[in-house]
Amino acid sequence: MKLRQKDVLGLEGVSSGEIELILDTAKEMKTILDSNKKRVNYLQGRTVVTLFYENSTRTRVSFELAAKYMGAHAVNVSVGSSSVQKGETLIDTGRTLDAMGADIVVIRHNRAGAPHLLAKNINASVINAGDGMHEHPTQALLDMFTMREHFGKLEGLKVAIVGDIYHSRVARSNIIGLTTMGAHVKVFAPSTLLPVGMEELGSVKVCNTMEEALEGCDVVMGLRIQLERQKKALFPSAYEYSRFFGLNNENVKDLGSDVLFMHPGPVNRGLEMTSNIIDSDQSVINLQVTNGVAVRMALLYLLTGREDI
Amino acid sequence: MKILISKANIVNHDGIKMGSDILIENGKIAAIGEHLTIEAGRKINAENLWVFPGLVDAHCHLRDPGYEYKEDIISGSKSAARGGFTSVACMPNTNPVVDNSAVVSYITEKAKSEAVVNVYPIGAITKGLKGEELSEMGSMKEAGIVAVSDDGRPVMNSSVMKKAMVYAQQFNLPVISHCEDLDLAEEGSMNEGAMSTKLGLRGIPSIAESVMVSRDILLAEYNNVPMHIAHVSNRYSVELIRQAKKRGVKVTCETCPHYFTLTDKACENYNTNAKMNPPLQTEDDVLAIKEGLRDGTIDIIATDHAPHHFDEKNVEFDCAPNGIVGFETAFPLAYTYLVEPGILSLTQLAEKLSTKPASILNLDKGIIACGKDADLTMVDLDTEFTINVSEFASKSKNSPFDGWKVKGKIIMTIVNGKIVFEASPK
Repeated sequence: MKLRQKDVLGLEGVSSGEIELILDTAKEMKTILDSNKKRVNYLQGRTVVTLFYENSTRTRVSFELAAKYMGAHAVNVSVGSSSVQKGETLIDTGRTLDAMGADIVVIRHNRAGAPHLLAKNINASVINAGDGMHEHPTQALLDMFTMREHFGKLEGLKVAIVGDIYHSRVARSNIIGLTTMGAHVKVFAPSTLLPVGMEELGSVKVCNTMEEALEGCDVVMGLRIQLERQKKALFPSAYEYSRFFGLNNENVKDLGSDVLFMHPGPVNRGLEMTSNIIDSDQSVINLQVTNGVAVRMALLYLLTGREDI
Repeated sequence: MKILISKANIVNHDGIKMGSDILIENGKIAAIGEHLTIEAGRKINAENLWVFPGLVDAHCHLRDPGYEYKEDIISGSKSAARGGFTSVACMPNTNPVVDNSAVVSYITEKAKSEAVVNVYPIGAITKGLKGEELSEMGSMKEAGIVAVSDDGRPVMNSSVMKKAMVYAQQFNLPVISHCEDLDLAEEGSMNEGAMSTKLGLRGIPSIAESVMVSRDILLAEYNNVPMHIAHVSNRYSVELIRQAKKRGVKVTCETCPHYFTLTDKACENYNTNAKMNPPLQTEDDVLAIKEGLRDGTIDIIATDHAPHHFDEKNVEFDCAPNGIVGFETAFPLAYTYLVEPGILSLTQLAEKLSTKPASILNLDKGIIACGKDADLTMVDLDTEFTINVSEFASKSKNSPFDGWKVKGKIIMTIVNGKIVFEASPK
């Protein structure tokens, strides 16, 4: 089985079979990461360009390492040093990369739908590394990989996503992916940070209290308060946020010892999650980062291998 | 040259006359009757065709001066003619803005020499569309404006709007209000709802329009002056206007074809040709718009013809400008989606696309009768056809209706007794 599509723009419309394929492939890739050599030739002669219009450390480095571990040429284009500053359009930038022989363009952009626009206009495969408030499919895939690795399956898992849902592309991709895989998702957010029509994204339960969200869950996922995206004061203060909407020792104390704590990072320590949770044995935040490389290797592999088989 | 149209079905706002002849002479309608036996330079057999009073658009953007790469007065007027519009009122958000008599004169002079339809400029309510100081409405009226509007932007300051309404009233200028609370709209780019959540785009709540509709109704009521509300898009607004009319407020309003044919689902796949302001709403709002048209709450249908260059629309959804071209799709969409399902009668369609917009703008247009200007639109109501944007006369092709199958094809458009558009025979 292979991926049907040229691009990975989001998890919307991706079947459970395809998600399984990606996660299974990522499992193979993880054995490469765990070996001392960290070098295979699956992408030899291929070129992967990371085109980032927003700051990022972990996602960009994760893609770059994933490409390099498999022998690809990896080039990073960041906006500050590119012709975007001279007013070049996204499509023209993409066509330039196409003309230079890019096989895969990994794009992060502050505008929702930018990867779709790019994909429509260039020959290279496009991977969405986060577009505005829309989707961040590789993050959700690595989250699901981490959950599946721990629990053995995704079906029937109860996942609570807590925090700034409105601005979160991580939440959107996770909701779509997890519900596709048969997991149950509950969300909890300050009502000012909860988008309308959540229920139509998938079978999501919108909770009104932290207790309701955490009750009976297997996974608790905190979301970063995206301070840079807050147009207006959407909550009164950091203190009030952490008190009523943050994850702390008090509100997680009744959860079982097998519950996983996750966070896409970077964490605002003490705001959405207290340090003793972040650094606890049940926290898999660093494991998520490792798994991210494996998942991205899998996607690069599956996309470049499309025509070969 | 005399023109004789024979055996036409004449549709006026107050009745239909089947199989009648129309004689046009010296730019006027000289005679209407059966079996007119008069020699004419051009004889047109209009058997099985319908003749409407020339369509009047109270809301369009001709982009001239300043944005001629999108549209200009010539191309815009040709597009209007191809859509059956004989008179169009163009909005002042040009560059420079129409906020003084010099720019008004530029438009009227250019229109007089080059446009194929009647072009009536609308002046700005405030200087530079900034919402701060009143523009020179009196001088602009002398130069030829028919209304004032800051369209594209609301007059956010209620005190400025209150003064604008009473001042405009003194010059008998209708005030056309673009209703949008910018604080509620924030920087949204589509309707707030499940679709904006799914696409990850900032949503504009429908009440961003309706809160301002409510304010403007109250201002009109308090001042006892008329007020026209532009491009009404949702249920709350329709209901507010319905109630206001019941208690006698002098409020009129328009909607546009996209608000009774499309919902925010059209934004799927980041389709920038479905991006407009106010944004496309929900199925329930479409029903409310149709009901408002049916019961008379919504007085007229305007196009909000808003041409944009392909390159401007072929960008990230957030970055694309608002608006779609509308002249060449308005009549067939209105006929197909309002008359065919029985929401409006043909006479009501004539009223909403011609008679009433003419009366709101104080134009002596919109009625087919002896002695009136010979502005006529001839249509074929029976033949289905496919909308093809590449055939548009407009410079811009930004329409979400490409490929739609519709009825109500414009066969001929006559302005002041002159044939300005004639469909090529199949």
